[in-house]
Amino acid sequence: MKFLIIMHINPAVLDALTEQEKAAIGDGHGRFMEALKESGELITTQALVDPSQAAVVRVRDGQPVVTDGPFLEAKEFLGGFYFVDVESKARAIELAARIPDAAIDGLGVEVRQVMFADGLLEA
Amino acid sequence: MTGPAVEDLLRQLMPQVLGALVRRYGQFEGCEDAVQEAGLAASVQWPRSGVPDNPRGWLMTVASRRLIDAVRSDQARRERESVVEPPVPEVADTDDTLLLLFLCCHPALTAASQTALTLRAVGGLTTAEIARAFLVPEQTMAARISRAKQRIRAAGGSFPPPSGAERLPVVLHVLYLIFNEGYTASSGSALDRPDLAAEAIRLARLVHAQLPADGEVSGLLALMLLTHARRAARTTAGGDLVPLAEQDRSAWDRDLVTEGMALAASSLGAAALGPYQLQAAIAATHADAATAAETDWRQVYALYLILERIAPNPMVTLNRAVALAELSGPAAGLAVLAGLEADERMAGHHRLLSVRAHLLERAGEVEAAYECYRRAARATASLAERRHLESRAARLR
Repeated sequence: MKFLIIMHINPAVLDALTEQEKAAIGDGHGRFMEALKESGELITTQALVDPSQAAVVRVRDGQPVVTDGPFLEAKEFLGGFYFVDVESKARAIELAARIPDAAIDGLGVEVRQVMFADGLLEA
Repeated sequence: MTGPAVEDLLRQLMPQVLGALVRRYGQFEGCEDAVQEAGLAASVQWPRSGVPDNPRGWLMTVASRRLIDAVRSDQARRERESVVEPPVPEVADTDDTLLLLFLCCHPALTAASQTALTLRAVGGLTTAEIARAFLVPEQTMAARISRAKQRIRAAGGSFPPPSGAERLPVVLHVLYLIFNEGYTASSGSALDRPDLAAEAIRLARLVHAQLPADGEVSGLLALMLLTHARRAARTTAGGDLVPLAEQDRSAWDRDLVTEGMALAASSLGAAALGPYQLQAAIAATHADAATAAETDWRQVYALYLILERIAPNPMVTLNRAVALAELSGPAAGLAVLAGLEADERMAGHHRLLSVRAHLLERAGEVEAAYECYRRAARATASLAERRHLESRAARLR
């Protein structure tokens, strides 16, 4: 079963962390990725740039209209994701719980099963 | 011989050679690497210079040499080994392939790893093929397979005790998983999936040839054949699901049905009765009806009752509710479903919701059925199923 483990970040929460705490997050992700590669459960992971660098594209009357900023007017934004192939939803949740972000007050990690896939993996 | 023909031959021979090698030297991991290398050498050489007279012996010799090379780093030793042809042990192939299957289903492995390793070592599929079938990158599958091999080694893995009887249920389960992966085209294009179902059937035949008297082995094979027979009728040209009751039964594969029915019948004669036999008997009862309306629901219901008793499982109860509704009307079925609501594995499950929606529709409760179809559609992880449920809901409007 394939799951997307989605990390929602809140820049304000992250900014409030100490340097040491930020470093611990980085180390935690490093170990997490190693473990996932070893178990063969990691398909891919991607981290996204800060939401302030996002652009939203809308096509109106056939004309693209591009505005700066993220789609949602929210405190939390998509920061990145892990794409994993695991045996069960329970396992995906177990993995998500090991992501450092999940342990930070004000943050959480979302787990969603993949319903349809197309693209490189099928080549 | 052309490339594809050589590939077929290798797919057939490599598991036999691996089995013989593991029997002789133990250490699955090293043997597997050696056989892969020998297979690689063969796939390069044979299409060019022809297949040797004794291809299995050739592979045995080359793989043994690779294995010995790897084990003994001492140069002088290695040269001597490569000059002296290692004797080719003549061991009954089928026996070893079966032992190999039992080894790959090592209890120390997760079901996903057992499946991957079985397809590679026993099915003769390449890592790339297995990765494609499971829609994960080759690297991911390679990591999973190599991890599985390490774990077998750590668990002191050589062949299981000769009888292997206690591991048979795991083997059957793995074959069932492989078959289901091929059968339920849950995501992506269906390209490689039928091959997977066919491979599961081939392996089940292999086990059946060795253990023809085992009712569960016959039952599983029968279940696979009867299910596989419906393949062409299961989806529309556009890829939408066609439920059993609406399938064009003339599109079922008659040969597979006939073979599956005979096997299902014979499996029920075995001393012990198990879940695969019962599921095969249910599938046979469906196959026995010329039209959906002629289905012997009394028998289907009775079989689900027994199945529920020997292997209790909410899915079985759900299926029993469907059969009961056919026998005694939708209200009776809905009453059984009410009992399932308390089961946390089932509450909100799309199968429960879709069955309830269907029974509500039959009971004439259109509004409730509509809501239920919509909830079921949101709950499924299969796009084809979601489309099917959405169209059911739309029909009610």
